[in-house]
Amino acid sequence: MTVITSVTCPVCGTFCDDIEIIVDDNNKIIEARNACAMGAAKFLNFSDHRIKTPLIRKNGELVEATIDEAIEKAAQILVEAHYPLLYGWSNTSCEAQRVGVELAEEVGGVLDNTSTICHGPSILGVQAVGISSATLGQMRHRADLIIYWASNPWDAHPRHPERYTMFSDGRFQKSSWTNYLSKLRGEMSKKKIQRASNLVLKKDFHFAPCHEEGLPYSMYQQKRRTIVVDVRKTRTADAADCFIQVEPGKDYELLQALRVLVNDGELDVDEVAGIPVKTLEDLVDVMVGCKLGILFFGLGLTMSKGKHRNIDAAISLTRDLNSRTKFLIMPMRGHYNVTGADIVSTWQTGYPFAVDLSNGYPRYNPGETSAVDILNRNEADAMLVIASDPVAHFPRAASKNIAKHPLISIDPEITPTTMLADVILPPTFVGIETEGTAYRMDHVPLPLKKVVEPPEGFLSDKEILQRILEKVRELKKRDMD
Amino acid sequence: MTELIAKNGFIYDPLNRINGEKMDICIRDGKIVDSVKDKADVVDASGMIVMPGGIDIHSHIAGGEVDTARLLRPEDHVKDVEVKTALTRSGVGYSLPSTFTTGYRYSRMGYTTVMNPSMAPLQARHTHEELSDTPMIDKATYPLIGDWWFSLEHIRDGLIEENAAHIAWMLKATRGYAIKLVNPGGLEAWGFGRNVHSLDDTVPNFGITPREIIRGLCKVNTLLNLPHTIHLHTNNLGRPGNYVTALESMKCVEDLAREDKPVMHITHIQFCAFKGEDWGNLSSGAEEISHYINNHSHVTLDMGQVVFSDTTTLTADGPFQYGLYHLTGNKWVNHDVETETSGGIVPFRYKRSSAVHATQWSIALEIALLIKDPWKILMTTDHPNGGPFTSYPKIMTWLISKGAREKVLRKINKRARKKSLLPTIDRELSLYELAVVTRAGQAKALGLKDKGHLGVGADADIAIYNINPERADPSKKFEAARQAFTSAAYTIKSGQIVVKNGEIVKPIFGKTYWVDVKTSMPQEVNDDIKKKFREYWTVEYENYPIQEGFLHSSAPLTVKAEV
Repeated sequence: MTVITSVTCPVCGTFCDDIEIIVDDNNKIIEARNACAMGAAKFLNFSDHRIKTPLIRKNGELVEATIDEAIEKAAQILVEAHYPLLYGWSNTSCEAQRVGVELAEEVGGVLDNTSTICHGPSILGVQAVGISSATLGQMRHRADLIIYWASNPWDAHPRHPERYTMFSDGRFQKSSWTNYLSKLRGEMSKKKIQRASNLVLKKDFHFAPCHEEGLPYSMYQQKRRTIVVDVRKTRTADAADCFIQVEPGKDYELLQALRVLVNDGELDVDEVAGIPVKTLEDLVDVMVGCKLGILFFGLGLTMSKGKHRNIDAAISLTRDLNSRTKFLIMPMRGHYNVTGADIVSTWQTGYPFAVDLSNGYPRYNPGETSAVDILNRNEADAMLVIASDPVAHFPRAASKNIAKHPLISIDPEITPTTMLADVILPPTFVGIETEGTAYRMDHVPLPLKKVVEPPEGFLSDKEILQRILEKVRELKKRDMD
Repeated sequence: MTELIAKNGFIYDPLNRINGEKMDICIRDGKIVDSVKDKADVVDASGMIVMPGGIDIHSHIAGGEVDTARLLRPEDHVKDVEVKTALTRSGVGYSLPSTFTTGYRYSRMGYTTVMNPSMAPLQARHTHEELSDTPMIDKATYPLIGDWWFSLEHIRDGLIEENAAHIAWMLKATRGYAIKLVNPGGLEAWGFGRNVHSLDDTVPNFGITPREIIRGLCKVNTLLNLPHTIHLHTNNLGRPGNYVTALESMKCVEDLAREDKPVMHITHIQFCAFKGEDWGNLSSGAEEISHYINNHSHVTLDMGQVVFSDTTTLTADGPFQYGLYHLTGNKWVNHDVETETSGGIVPFRYKRSSAVHATQWSIALEIALLIKDPWKILMTTDHPNGGPFTSYPKIMTWLISKGAREKVLRKINKRARKKSLLPTIDRELSLYELAVVTRAGQAKALGLKDKGHLGVGADADIAIYNINPERADPSKKFEAARQAFTSAAYTIKSGQIVVKNGEIVKPIFGKTYWVDVKTSMPQEVNDDIKKKFREYWTVEYENYPIQEGFLHSSAPLTVKAEV
């Protein structure tokens, strides 16, 4: 039995690196200490449903093939294509992503990653107005006001609060765990009083929701406080000091209204996005009065009405707050290495996603060169998907067009994408069976570890891509001779 | 055994005091040697000048900040693309070139070594990944340690030797080359949105002053015997009247100098040489700065020359960059790094018509020409802050030709022209002096013993430019000189011809230098840092240091410390 410490978890953008993996004598992971449910599920079950050999579609059926056959077929598809789309990238290492850029350049294709359906609007917002941010330790050490806006870490980034925000201890701020426990006790008492009153008074008695009473008392205490802004009350909102329920599709108005107040302006209306202006004024008082505030945001902003304009507004709000106090903002990146995919693409091509290399040099025009748009217009005549499952997530019209053309899928497990593929190349699991580098949501790079041996004959993403690249070059040379 | 001989060129090798003599340079296996056999490949350098390959002591080319700036500015790239060729990768340029393009463009100008001057230690891995994808040049990088909590605490408590041992650990963990300080104390204050405004301001929460930080790290540098001195971006950068802070920073380590050798390098001095009370009456502090440097030998400088162009400012000076956002209204990126440092990015355009920008343009040139000893003032633009490194050939002509300067002076803002000292300065750097400020002096300041010269034993990094000093005076024919410096006739890197007539003919990758400091009790330092790690950082101790194999081609310089 071996204990491997300081293992990084290859699941979400929180990218915890304190996981302890226990491996038994048969090369099987039996425990993943410190991991959340998602991390533990991956470490313990990753191998249960993996594809065992490369597969090629012949006469409509997927049949087993050797790695060489599959590589040859994949290379052929790419060489014959006029405008191939190479998509995915977010669940693999930077080492693989670097080869990916070279491959896309060699075949004159489009390189796009999952940002295109996730935080792409955040990138567009940054390109418009910049961003005031920091590494997560700055929040842990200094943040006394934490806002989760359109983001639900309780489900999507479970250890985020305990590692970096409300339940973490820093040099200048302590965990607000005891606050949370008091609040829980308070909630339970409330429920008891409510039930008792209903029994005695024989009518329905409800405490008014948060914003009709003014902000909770804890918002004015000198300790870490958390606000959740969302369209529905999530588990994170339960744990927060204050929950602001914004009307769906009205985040942009709310953000801009807050900006007006931060800049000492007056609002002509009584409520914005369903929230009374009095509450907003109290909120701004708290924001302006904090020592260091941080706004984390998620897909509720990037994928609702307004998209990148929402992000523009959110970033501008935090930027304006910097003239009063220290305020930061950060997108809650989903996949553990989507940040790496953007970073690698940017350093090699100058652009973070939706990079068109078909003219021999990088071009970037989201809406024109982004995956979903290219597929909607049926412009790509072949696709390579790696470390991602677009058929499960893209709009149906786009996926239908994926099905019309040759598809290569580099994926260890059966997914809707692999089910449409013409070539499947199952790789090792990076971060479990293969080493590498990946970037946390705050741009901190960390090593991915190898904790167990991969099965015999399996290549890593990087090796598969390298082989395809070599084969592509060979085929192109053959064509020229 | 690859042998090469560069025949018959005019050699400019200041470290070996060769000033334009016609000589042959013999190369074998990547080094300059005494002689080669008859069947060596010949490079005909007749009618051309031969210099050591260019060296850049301060250029932001790789890492988190640079990459975020690239991401921020697609508009910077769209106007300047590099098409893929059989030998080279595609890319984009202008003020924030992609990594492959960066390497190719330096090499085309005859440059062979570039120092990335700013690296947040926590994100060092990123810098090294990008350097591994930067071809053609040798490189190194400086970790930002001026606001590192361990430094601040040790220096406050007077534990200089302890700090030295910890910094030795840090240099190895991040594979760094030198101790970099940016607005010391100010970056920690910026963690809560504040700043420091003089050498004697107290840093909030740490009870230490910038003066103490600078002096403390200067002592550490000496104890560690590092090849370069501390590399300082001064407090109050970019503020009118800040030349006073620059002088105070130089004075504050006067007593720590040993045997006339430099103990401090102040970078991009132009940004720290402002006289005046506000932007309305900004003028040049070049005279005061040059006067001090002419009378002292413990400080070296680099220029930070401004070029009239659209560019991008990016520095670790978070509070300064925020101020620049207010000044310009441009998009602003801020990125603080826990426990260590900060950073900011703001696009910026320098205009001839602006009195302030035109004064800035004049300042760096005044300093370079008023300082008598060229070994003390090196050529940089603080790329991309003052301008893209591709403007070096232009700047070289400003240094060697009064005529070239006058051409620019005629078109700049009238007020600035009136105030500029340049019309009164006739000095033109000779080719020998130019070789000092762009190669020999840079190597000497960096402690790179095998670089910056063409003597036997040196690395065979050589630039051959199509300038014939016997036929045409480069100070008069400066346009032709500029063209020659833009497209080297030959660039030889590690003994191989990699560029011919400004085109890449052989793509290669260089080495990454770092200092391997040997201290007496490294295990104790490891244990100390390990114990405190989780209190300071949000990553695990084991995941912080970079393994040597991670570097594409690691080239450590071993030094023995006095701790």
